[in-house]
Amino acid sequence: MSLASPPPEGATRAGGRAHGAALHRRDVVAELLADRGDLLVVAGLGASAWDCAAAGDHPLTFSLWGGMGQATMMGLGLALARRDRRVLVLTGDGEMLMGLGALATVGVQGPQNLAVVVLDNERYGETGMQPTHTAHGVDLSAVARACGFRRTMVVTSGQEIPGLRTAVHTGDGPLLAVVKVLAESPPLVLPPRDGLLLKERFRRALAGEMPAPQ
Amino acid sequence: MSEPGASSHVANWPDRVHRALSLAGVTQVAYVPDAGHKHLIDLCHADPTMRAVPLTSEEEGVGLSAGAWLGGAKSVLLMQSSGVGNVVNALAMARECHFPVVMIVTMRGEEGETNPWQVPMGQAAAIVLEAMGVEARRAEAPEGVAPAVEMAIASAYNANGREERAVAVLISQTVIGVKHFVEVAD
Ligand SMILES: Cc1ncc(C[n+]2csc(CCOP(=O)(O)OP(=O)(O)O)c2C)c(N)n1
Repeated sequence: MSLASPPPEGATRAGGRAHGAALHRRDVVAELLADRGDLLVVAGLGASAWDCAAAGDHPLTFSLWGGMGQATMMGLGLALARRDRRVLVLTGDGEMLMGLGALATVGVQGPQNLAVVVLDNERYGETGMQPTHTAHGVDLSAVARACGFRRTMVVTSGQEIPGLRTAVHTGDGPLLAVVKVLAESPPLVLPPRDGLLLKERFRRALAGEMPAPQ
Repeated sequence: MSEPGASSHVANWPDRVHRALSLAGVTQVAYVPDAGHKHLIDLCHADPTMRAVPLTSEEEGVGLSAGAWLGGAKSVLLMQSSGVGNVVNALAMARECHFPVVMIVTMRGEEGETNPWQVPMGQAAAIVLEAMGVEARRAEAPEGVAPAVEMAIASAYNANGREERAVAVLISQTVIGVKHFVEVAD
């Protein structure tokens, strides 16, 4: 499709259904993070961070309250530092679009232990549900593929989530999965917002100084 | 440098910086290339204990440094002064979370600059860093670069999470030399 063309049917509605999406973001995140084992998580600012908090606050989840566009690079630094651990970046389409270059940088480094899951509601949900570029057909999984990600997926149904879960927890990365989710705003569940606390508790839990509650 | 033998010492500043990075336990070296960093970048790529990570834009290096430190790894970011303009909002994150970030910045836009487009950001670099609460040290001579990097790393990664911070070493254009553009007639 031409990127200059008007957005597809339904894509410009504020709220409602992103094209092809029927998934609730909270369900997807809860399923990915259930029994998370030794997974390390970086959550992009806004709804992705709230989803992770709703799934249960955890010292090994670093939730961004700013730094839009930084989530994937944080995941890369962490994945390169800890090859023995799986790293999951959970973020929004708007956040990912702001740091698109990170996909090229990850592709070059090729970390096997890194997965990026984009919760794609095709909106800037946090700022009033304005359509993002993905509402106009920009395909983040195709970008990641072109950048050399070993595996890319587009997930539109609940049946595909167990497969995504397996890919995140044990598959060969780098993986980028676009999960098409409904453009909805579930009730706010907030992680701690003290950045120093988030950093310190993550480092301590990972270094084994503080047992991570399962 | 008036003392004899100083010229090889002068040319060796990247080797000394590389040694300083190695001794400090730096394992991730992120960069957007600058001609002034060419030799140091080559040294880091050749060092099996370091992962050299080319970036598409300097702000990626702040996120990389933060993530690396969550995982216990030390990093540095090599960039030129124009890149200071690309890292600003990422530095806000680093400041709020007290993430250590070490930027080794080759200056452009200083005295003798032959590309006027480098001047506005070069002149603003130190001010912008200061505005973001970044501690900046200047290295005006080749022999000062490695000690400044050592101090910067010690200041950024100081074992007390509350005191960890972003720091920058600004390597003066007098150290790097002025880049000359020679037009080739065809
Ligand atoms: C540099 C910067 N620009 C703009 C914003 C405002 N902002 C906060 S959240 C957000 C949208 C995030 O969209 P997305 O990642 O798609 O997440 P969603 O809320 O839709 O899940 C924006 C634009 C910001 N925080 N930082």
